[in-house]
Amino acid sequence: MSESQTAEPLFRLTNQTLHYQGHAVLSNISLSIHSGERVALIGGSGVGKSTLLAALREQLPNQVAWCPQQPGLVPMLSTFHNIYMGTLGSQTLLYNLANLIKPLPAARQAVEPIAQALGLQQQLYRSVDKLSGGQQQRTSIGRALIQQQPIFLGDEPVAHIDEYQGETLLQLICQRHPTVVLALHDIDQALATCTRIIGLKQGAIVLDAASDQLQAADLAELYKANSDTQAPQNAG
Amino acid sequence: MLANNKTPDKPDTSTGALRRVSLWFAAIALLGLVIADISITTLDPWTELRLMVAGALSPSVWSWSILASSLANTFAFALQGVTLGAIAGFALALGYRFTLVRAFCSFIRSIHELFWALLFIQVAGLSSLTGLLAIAIPYAGTLAKIYGELFEEVDPLPLYNLPRRRRGLSYLFYTVVPLAWQPMATYTSYRFECAIRSSAILGFVGLPTIGFHLETALGEGHYSEAAALFYALLFLIGSLRLWLHKRLLPLYLVAVFVYLPPQAQLSWQLLVRFVTEDIVPAPLRNQSFNSETLTAFSQWLQLLWQQQLWPGLTNTLVLGQIGMVFSGLLALALLPLNSSLFTAKRSWARGLGDGFLILLRTLPEYLLAFVGLLILGPSMLPAILALGIHNGAIIGHLLGRYSDQIILRADASGGVTGYFYEVLPRVYRQFLAFLFYRWEVILRETAILGILGIGTLGFYIDSAFETFRFDRALLLILASALLNSAVDQLSHYLRRRLHLKTTPELL
Repeated sequence: MSESQTAEPLFRLTNQTLHYQGHAVLSNISLSIHSGERVALIGGSGVGKSTLLAALREQLPNQVAWCPQQPGLVPMLSTFHNIYMGTLGSQTLLYNLANLIKPLPAARQAVEPIAQALGLQQQLYRSVDKLSGGQQQRTSIGRALIQQQPIFLGDEPVAHIDEYQGETLLQLICQRHPTVVLALHDIDQALATCTRIIGLKQGAIVLDAASDQLQAADLAELYKANSDTQAPQNAG
Repeated sequence: MLANNKTPDKPDTSTGALRRVSLWFAAIALLGLVIADISITTLDPWTELRLMVAGALSPSVWSWSILASSLANTFAFALQGVTLGAIAGFALALGYRFTLVRAFCSFIRSIHELFWALLFIQVAGLSSLTGLLAIAIPYAGTLAKIYGELFEEVDPLPLYNLPRRRRGLSYLFYTVVPLAWQPMATYTSYRFECAIRSSAILGFVGLPTIGFHLETALGEGHYSEAAALFYALLFLIGSLRLWLHKRLLPLYLVAVFVYLPPQAQLSWQLLVRFVTEDIVPAPLRNQSFNSETLTAFSQWLQLLWQQQLWPGLTNTLVLGQIGMVFSGLLALALLPLNSSLFTAKRSWARGLGDGFLILLRTLPEYLLAFVGLLILGPSMLPAILALGIHNGAIIGHLLGRYSDQIILRADASGGVTGYFYEVLPRVYRQFLAFLFYRWEVILRETAILGILGIGTLGFYIDSAFETFRFDRALLLILASALLNSAVDQLSHYLRRRLHLKTTPELL
């Protein structure tokens, strides 16, 4: 970590206020993320994790593989096409159109190993509206993986996938991307996957530490306090 | 709006704006009725009507081969025209966010098929190319608008989530197009039914479709033959869904292009002359540009304005306004025919009612007006009836279907009371949305009804073509296009202002 911090950071926010639908959700936050870091953003829902990720995406749109919480798949197209969509920019219009009508060999060679790694080979030529929520989420991860970018930004990428498989997928994501920033609600996953934890609460960064210095209990506290102040009607 | 009118205090309801706009439209239409000529000019309309009914009850086919070939031509022009229009419309829709493209689409669809046909006849004769282009061009404009609006309405998330680098058309084809595909297909197939009507009507200006023989038979009083032709047209439209399957479409496409290949004896000389001389305003032709020609041109314009443009425009607006309000009233009266609220538990009644509306919808305004003129003589009356019946049935059909989603409480009144207290207030907003969406189409139709002898713009355009004054014809066509575009804009403004929801409907 010390060596990376001497280099220029990939992402840098200085006293920035971030808005979601016109409301300021994060005020005056400062943050830098360096190449090689694996960062988990944690905090209660609505605290601004997605907004922060979107702001990071805006900083380096061409180096980021984007894996949002709402996958935004095209329901009537197959899993194959939804994954392939990540690489549209690297092919000609004619190739893409032909591939839309009938999957072409080169495109299949690019997509099939990814589908294999995600356990989607059985569903590859089925339209995604016929897939389960977890399978759709894996398709969304596939669409990000195929872009082969140095940075992966994921918003709850494994929320609808069972714990064990989720763990495997997070490992896969980390293997293929030197830098990873993930919004996660599962504290154990965050500690196991990431090297750095950033905790958000009430519009501010309240925690920023290496994960090996933290206990799951510290983080649970973060959630609890958050829900107590933000939604008192839910307490008890 | 009806229930609230008589309350003693000033009503304060959420539909105030809808009521005001409705009353303004009704008032303008009433004013129009004062100016408009709606007299019955035939000496004995009942005799003519009796003859027609007798003919309708005793259809007879004069020549089976002519009937078959004119039906085939009608179908061929329609299918070719919609196919070409859909392809061009799709291409235009890809650039629909550009104002210039939108304006171009609005322009080409604001000129009616018949006017396009009259223009192409001058350079390409009564050829298959003329028929194809006359349908394809305005349909391209309409379909581009619909496709473009559908593209704008799809879920933006899939596109947003893709990489930002080097965005090209590929991105649209993988996200927006598949998302909009189903409604596009539905709308295009509905447009095809309209295209068959358009194609039939093209016969009235001389193309070899069923309208050609219909006009002859009706004009000469052979009502039995006219009835047979008319039933054949209804049969063609009514049976489409039985044999025009999606999978067979390529087959039919090949068939119509083999059967009626688009061709014309194009004379380049004629074309060049038409573009460089015939359509240039007469005083400017072959003249050096000086103050004298300018004076002559302004006099020419002034005369055209006084004698043709002004009366044509006023008559089009007056008739269009009356036609629109009458369509609206008829739609409100007809909606119970296709509504489960009024035909509940009697599915045969619903089927019969909706069948009746679909039949009325199938009748082209132009044909209705032609028949009306034969019975009632030349005045605006037959045109008003024709516009009202056709458009009222279309809107009534949609409105009836819309009313199906209303869930009334168990003790709600039925019948007339239920209609005015429960149903009408609930459907009124959607009714206005449909009616305003239809406004532009009604005005387009109003203009061409002039070809039948009613004093709208079409009358002057047709006369200009007949006397080979193409310069006047073009200027008048442009004026009608401008009028339609203006109404389109106004309707768009009103719909937005009144918060009327108009996703592209089957209108």
